[in-house]
Amino acid sequence: MNLSALPALLLRDLRLAVRHGGESLMPLFFLFAVLILVPLGVGPGPNLLASIAPGMIWVAALLASLLALENLFRPDFEDGSLEQWWLGHLPVTGLVMTRLFSHWLITGLPVILFAPLAAQMLYLPGEALGVLILSLLIGTPILSLVGGLAAALTLGTNRGSVLLSILVFPLVVPVLIFATGAVSAAADGFSPRAHLGLLTALLVLALTLVPLAVTAALRLNIE
Amino acid sequence: MIWKTLKVGFHRLGSPPTFYRVSALISPWLWGGFALCTLIGLYYALYVVPPDYQQSDSYRILFIHVPAAWQAMAGYIVMAILAVIALVWRIRTTEIMAMMCAPIGAAFTLICLATGSLWGRPMWGTWWAWDARLTSMLVLLFIYLGIMGLYAAFEDRRKGARVACILVLVGVVNIPIIHFSVEWWTTLHQGATIRFFGESTMHYSMMPPLVWMTIAVKLMFGAVLLDRSRNELLDQDRRKGWVRQKVGEET
Repeated sequence: MNLSALPALLLRDLRLAVRHGGESLMPLFFLFAVLILVPLGVGPGPNLLASIAPGMIWVAALLASLLALENLFRPDFEDGSLEQWWLGHLPVTGLVMTRLFSHWLITGLPVILFAPLAAQMLYLPGEALGVLILSLLIGTPILSLVGGLAAALTLGTNRGSVLLSILVFPLVVPVLIFATGAVSAAADGFSPRAHLGLLTALLVLALTLVPLAVTAALRLNIE
Repeated sequence: MIWKTLKVGFHRLGSPPTFYRVSALISPWLWGGFALCTLIGLYYALYVVPPDYQQSDSYRILFIHVPAAWQAMAGYIVMAILAVIALVWRIRTTEIMAMMCAPIGAAFTLICLATGSLWGRPMWGTWWAWDARLTSMLVLLFIYLGIMGLYAAFEDRRKGARVACILVLVGVVNIPIIHFSVEWWTTLHQGATIRFFGESTMHYSMMPPLVWMTIAVKLMFGAVLLDRSRNELLDQDRRKGWVRQKVGEET
């Protein structure tokens, strides 16, 4: 099986993202807009901010990951190149995973890179920063996977965006619970390993099953 | 021989006119059974069972709360089984039936949450707690709503049903979470007191009304499911021959 076209698809997606510039930076801007609004909304007290920091950073990251979902498959669907995925010799699930990986590189990775800054803005205790980054590393790929599934399911509808967030939010509740649980445990001086273990289990589950569901949903939509 | 007859019968049921005819025969029986079981169940629940020594009469809401909660989950499992059949064998009737499970399941989830909230106010002192059982039930409600929304968003209803069936299967992960939430997390909501294996910790006098109400709710689910599916079939096939023939017969 020749998989050499997968890096080509990845490079194409990344090149498109770079050339669209502003659009692909939107999730990051959105994240920081939320994180700036939080202290202004609930008051600048460091104790209060430190206690809600894990939840706020995670909620902001979750909402930010929704932003780029609308165009994950739609342009390819509209110009017909999505149908070519089934005509070529490549496994479609591989193409799907490549596309989801590029989505994570564009929306998830920047959030992780800027997590230390976000943690500072909300006075997250220093010892929890490592766990925050780790939870984002494990958790944001799940957001991309589940988001990709919602994007694939709503592809054939013409009012995708509202529906998309309704579909994503119940499915990512466990991610939010375990990720913020891990960071809060670390901030309070407890071991975050149980939460991180469950989060990793969710990642493995999503990584193995979601690409198949995405492929099935895309297939139904182009029929 | 018997197996073959059953198989042919099952395949015939997949055809809309046959399903329409057969479900019309079954549905009144389900409704009748529902009415009977509800009357018996309510009689036991309101007159026969003694008041609780701590909660006095207010615990009687249990006889609606628990059957509704069970049905909210059982309805999802029924929907998931129908979704598998719909996706694998592409039987249109099961696609429609799977989609028609969603609003009924959502209604039972809402009943469960509302009665739980009313019960929680005097007993726990709060309408709502962010406890694992309650939260996972709320998530179930939103999964149901998502399925309904997705189905409704497609212009081609067959395609909508099939796509929504995939979402149904993805949402199945929530069912074990709801079931085990009271065991995995120590929460405000009590643990399971009724067990099929081993001894129940609920007083035996409370069992009859609960059993009757549970059967009543299951029959009602079946009746509403059949009636909704018939209506949906009639609506989708309104330009087809068999519906015109049917409507011609009845008018």
